[in-house]
Amino acid sequence: MAKPAVLTHPESLKKPAGPSEFAKHPVNAALSKAEKVALYTKMARIRHFEQRCIRTYQQGKIGGFLHLYVGQEAVAAGTISLLGKHDHIITGYRDHGHGLMVGMSMNECMAELTGKVTGCSQGKGGSMHYFAPDKNYWGGHGIVGGQAPLGTGLAYAVKYKGLKGCCLAYMGDGAVNQGAVHEAYNLAALWDLPMIFVIENNGYSMGTSQERSTAHPGCLAKRAEGYGMAWDVINGHDVYEVRAKTDAAVKRAHEESKPTVLEIFTYRYFGHSMADPDKTYRDKDEIKEYREKKDPVLLFENELLAEGVLTPATRDAINEAAMAEADVAAAFAEESPDPTVADITKHIYWEEDNRGPNSTSRGTIIFE
Amino acid sequence: MAVITYREALRAAMREELQRDENVVVMGEEVAQFNGAYKVTEGLLKEFGPKRVVDTPISEAGFIGLGIGASMLGIRPVMELMFWSFSYVAFDQIVNNAGNIRYMSGGLINCPIVIRGPANGGTNVGATHSHTPEAILASHPGIKVVCPATPYDAKGLMKAAIRDNDPVYVMENTILYNDKGEVPDEDYIVPLGVADVKRVGTDLTIVAHGRAVITSLKAAEILEKEHGVSVEVVDLRSIRPLDEETILASVRKTHRALLVEENKPFCGVDAQIAYLIQAKAFDDLDAPIGRVSSIDAPQIYCKRMEDQQLPHPARVVEAALKVLA
Repeated sequence: MAKPAVLTHPESLKKPAGPSEFAKHPVNAALSKAEKVALYTKMARIRHFEQRCIRTYQQGKIGGFLHLYVGQEAVAAGTISLLGKHDHIITGYRDHGHGLMVGMSMNECMAELTGKVTGCSQGKGGSMHYFAPDKNYWGGHGIVGGQAPLGTGLAYAVKYKGLKGCCLAYMGDGAVNQGAVHEAYNLAALWDLPMIFVIENNGYSMGTSQERSTAHPGCLAKRAEGYGMAWDVINGHDVYEVRAKTDAAVKRAHEESKPTVLEIFTYRYFGHSMADPDKTYRDKDEIKEYREKKDPVLLFENELLAEGVLTPATRDAINEAAMAEADVAAAFAEESPDPTVADITKHIYWEEDNRGPNSTSRGTIIFE
Repeated sequence: MAVITYREALRAAMREELQRDENVVVMGEEVAQFNGAYKVTEGLLKEFGPKRVVDTPISEAGFIGLGIGASMLGIRPVMELMFWSFSYVAFDQIVNNAGNIRYMSGGLINCPIVIRGPANGGTNVGATHSHTPEAILASHPGIKVVCPATPYDAKGLMKAAIRDNDPVYVMENTILYNDKGEVPDEDYIVPLGVADVKRVGTDLTIVAHGRAVITSLKAAEILEKEHGVSVEVVDLRSIRPLDEETILASVRKTHRALLVEENKPFCGVDAQIAYLIQAKAFDDLDAPIGRVSSIDAPQIYCKRMEDQQLPHPARVVEAALKVLA
């Protein structure tokens, strides 16, 4: 018997982008009009926040590295929109979109970028290190792939406590060659953890294309087979498809306590970071093609206009509000104070910040 | 007061904390079915079952990272490294993740994880299995490091480490596992960051940690009997946090200091101690600070020479007499 052809790319990616085949999928059909508008609004907010960041960066107010999520919005939006009380997420350094999706405010996000004490991490983390544990968001991690074992540990803790939940650990396509990721795959599969590894495949690990970085049998998710894990490939330009296919993985985690690897095909419009002049490894035409034909925000907008969920007027209002919110955040960040010199040595140790007569720690722990 | 071994003391600490807190999990290579590569966790699987005592694959970056992630959600993992030398393949998790997450999150997250295992030379296993990374790890703010030398301290420090809300790295010593000592029957902890004067003296202060404490106590006996010198031995017990006051009080009393450790000399723990003493007790010193470390080379395999490479009583006595001269 002939083997079925190996699915390496989502079927929908092979065709010109049009109305989503997944609009009627139960998980999408169940969305109310208001929920659809809210999902679109969140995607638009990510887009406008990131674009406002470019201006703030160019004004010299954001230091360090700034990795933008523009073009990838449907990945965070689609996956996170499915999650509940006991579901957790963790990601790499391209972490703004996930933060806004879980409900972090633009103010705290922008203030963190400018290193202000009003930032989500009080100016101690920066762009790559957003955290909101009260919203089940565990960062924001700077070392490629280093978050994969941590996420597996979150899934382990969920299972240990007997909760019906899971953890989504996001990474880029460059992370799949890190040893820590493979070790995490093995543990998640070996221990039947409610874990979803999400590869946000934007085609380039920094300036190195997938073809030049990765020995692969057509797609990256297929490596899951080596660990006996389920996997799927997803068109990341279609938020309905992201939701439909991720939903199956979430159910597998919740109901069977089994891990999944999802590879979501997406594209970033800007360089790897703002430090990347983006001139050596891809054509401008390629970026133009994606922007014009596969833009996830525009495609969802067209979908909702056709469904009658959005009108041109409500669409414009949403986008204007998101732009205004980003401007307010930039002003908030501008006006906020820096942390103080005394703040440098806070938040290093829990026991130091909470020292009392019964502390398990004494002595000198911060040195001159 | 029972007399038990250092190994049994560590095991008792884990057993009591497993009983006390349902979120404590013991995890590592060979800790469960095999009863521990060095039998430290012997019997724990039988007593607590596979949910609480968990065998991992040989995958340090994976399982240590998993433990750190679980600790963020309130699990209190006690992770065994078969040797601290194996921490090097998990360095990103141990330093970048466990050590930085509280800071980078502005204090929103803490990682109450314990990583424990032997960190010592002297066992004839060559350079890759003989590292003593306490100075390397303690140089990272966010991390705590303790090095118990006796059964009493091993149990008390381990229990404190498990209850502590920060990452605590416990460095044991395979050569001490069979050493016996008195350990109270009742519940107690040795808080991190409290040194212990293991021997009281008036002429010279020796500051040591880990097995170097035992070596120094032997040297102190020789110095007393053969040279009529009264030596005080300060056991740091904890590298970070560090009990600066006990070190300084002893030096202010004896006016002479010798620092002994099994690390290699360059940027060892004693480099920090020497800085501390000269900065805060310079006027109390009657002689330059002396130092005994391992001979500065990767750990040699040949057992006869490895015993020479590590600090031993004769080298400590010789160095002490120089400081006293």
